[in-house]
Amino acid sequence: MSRRARTSPAKVRVAIGALALLLLLIGAWELYVDLGGADPLILPAPHSIAKALYTDRSLLWRNFLVTAQEVLLGILVATVLAFALSVLLHFSPVVRRAVYPLLVASQALPIPIVAPVLVLWLGFGILPKLIVIALVSFFSIVVTTLAALAGVDPALLKLMRTFDATRLRIFRHVELPAALPGLFTGAKIAVAVAVIGAVFAELSGSSSGLGYLFQQANAQILMPRAYAAVVILSAFAIALFAALTVAERLLLPWAYQPRGDLA
Amino acid sequence: MPAKGATTETSEAPAEEPLDLHGPGGVRVAGVNRTFRTKRGDVTALAGMSLHARPHEVVAVVGPSGCGKTTLLELVCGLQSADSGTVDGAPAALMPQRDLLLPWLSAIDNAGLALRARGVSREEARAAAAPWLRRFGLEGFERTLPAELSGGMRQRVSFLRTLLAGKPVLALDEPFASLDAITRAEMQGWLAHVLASEPRTVLLVTHDVEEAVVLADRVVVMSPRPGRAVAEIELEMPRPRRRTDPRVVELRERALEALGVGA
Ligand SMILES: Nc1ncnc2c1ncn2[C@@H]1O[C@H](COP(=O)(O)OP(=O)(O)OP(=O)(O)O)[C@@H](O)[C@H]1O
Ligand SMILES: [Mg+2]
Repeated sequence: MSRRARTSPAKVRVAIGALALLLLLIGAWELYVDLGGADPLILPAPHSIAKALYTDRSLLWRNFLVTAQEVLLGILVATVLAFALSVLLHFSPVVRRAVYPLLVASQALPIPIVAPVLVLWLGFGILPKLIVIALVSFFSIVVTTLAALAGVDPALLKLMRTFDATRLRIFRHVELPAALPGLFTGAKIAVAVAVIGAVFAELSGSSSGLGYLFQQANAQILMPRAYAAVVILSAFAIALFAALTVAERLLLPWAYQPRGDLA
Repeated sequence: MPAKGATTETSEAPAEEPLDLHGPGGVRVAGVNRTFRTKRGDVTALAGMSLHARPHEVVAVVGPSGCGKTTLLELVCGLQSADSGTVDGAPAALMPQRDLLLPWLSAIDNAGLALRARGVSREEARAAAAPWLRRFGLEGFERTLPAELSGGMRQRVSFLRTLLAGKPVLALDEPFASLDAITRAEMQGWLAHVLASEPRTVLLVTHDVEEAVVLADRVVVMSPRPGRAVAEIELEMPRPRRRTDPRVVELRERALEALGVGA
């Protein structure tokens, strides 16, 4: 039970490797721009982005809070709805056959076209953003949760029947816990698209947020500031993914497999 | 984690709750046929299989792999129905061939799963399971997840789960397979010990003829697929039986001969 051994030498080595790779990429980018490979007005050098991150920090922070709120609420809404729908689809093959094609279709909706329509209807508030984020993150959560529900060993369901369990108790004791890792997997996949969704929604009409800031800076040819916003968005996605990984490990220790994780 | 925490001698049983027995019960399987329709054609698992077990009798079923032993137990437990022939008997609980423990439940909660399936509260289920875990050398492992238990411990938990289902008939599907010889002998001892204090009707499916002869009142030998009973051996010998006892050896030879592998 040596779960507590957090900073084993192997982990430190992995962390150093990841950091080295990141520095290498940034270094290559810096050299590329400095040596005239790209116009700094199109691709700013990392050092100027770093400078913008510092000088514009309060501006970036304010807008980050707006986008972070949209993304977190959006993922929450998507997770709750997706879970409820997954359970419904799991219990009713008829509904599943009817609804699944619609779900797939929802993923084919081009967000840059849908977002302005939603803004037109619902205004500049948070609602159209939540809808866009939920729309883009919903699907992966439903698919992975349904897969987890369908993946429950039929022998286990049989066993529960020999114990005279009702359908509801079988769900409560076997299927529901088995579905939770699927829910987490779906949410982890959803994190990155949710951030992109938030940006698209802000581009279509808003007065704050990192997507909005990006657009403004872009129009004013303040490229380091625009890229600083992008850096923060990426870091946010990574942080969310890591947070979900940690939460999964704490909440579902039995499902934890030390592979393919960030944190 | 202490790797092997199982005590080698059975600890003295504390006064435990009497199990809720639905009265004594026998099992009768008569002329049963069971055919599976698969994409690659029909597979007849059982053809004219008959067997009976009197109340509190331990009947071992031996037969070559694929002869329909698991199918037979599922019929007895009401998880399948026969194409023709009759299956009656008292309610039966299955101990599946694979342990099928729920990975998110601790040993004690897995052992009490059958109670939870009937709506018993978690506290009550734990209170009922605790003395049995102690008796089966699992003290100190009550809160351990299956992934951290040894194979022998998992099978003990799986057996307790079946026992605590409180059914008059236990359908044990190769309960001691895939265990090393020492653990297996230990488990056989535990089973004999439990049946002495908690008499049940037992259908014990096993590959191991010696195990059948040591544990059972009667051995039913099945033919290769399609399975049916080809021999029945009454074992009127006092217990505990030693595998080196000449009578045990002789009966083992008889059973092996019936299986068609005797020398
Ligand atoms: N659900 C099923 N669908 C199709 N065929 C099946 C099914 N269940 C069992 N069979 C077939 O029926 C036959 C008997 O299977 P069963 O599992 O009862 O054998 P068994 O005696 O328990 O074997 P083993 O000793 O290897 O566990 C096998 O040929 C198997 O392929
Ligand atoms: Mg079998």
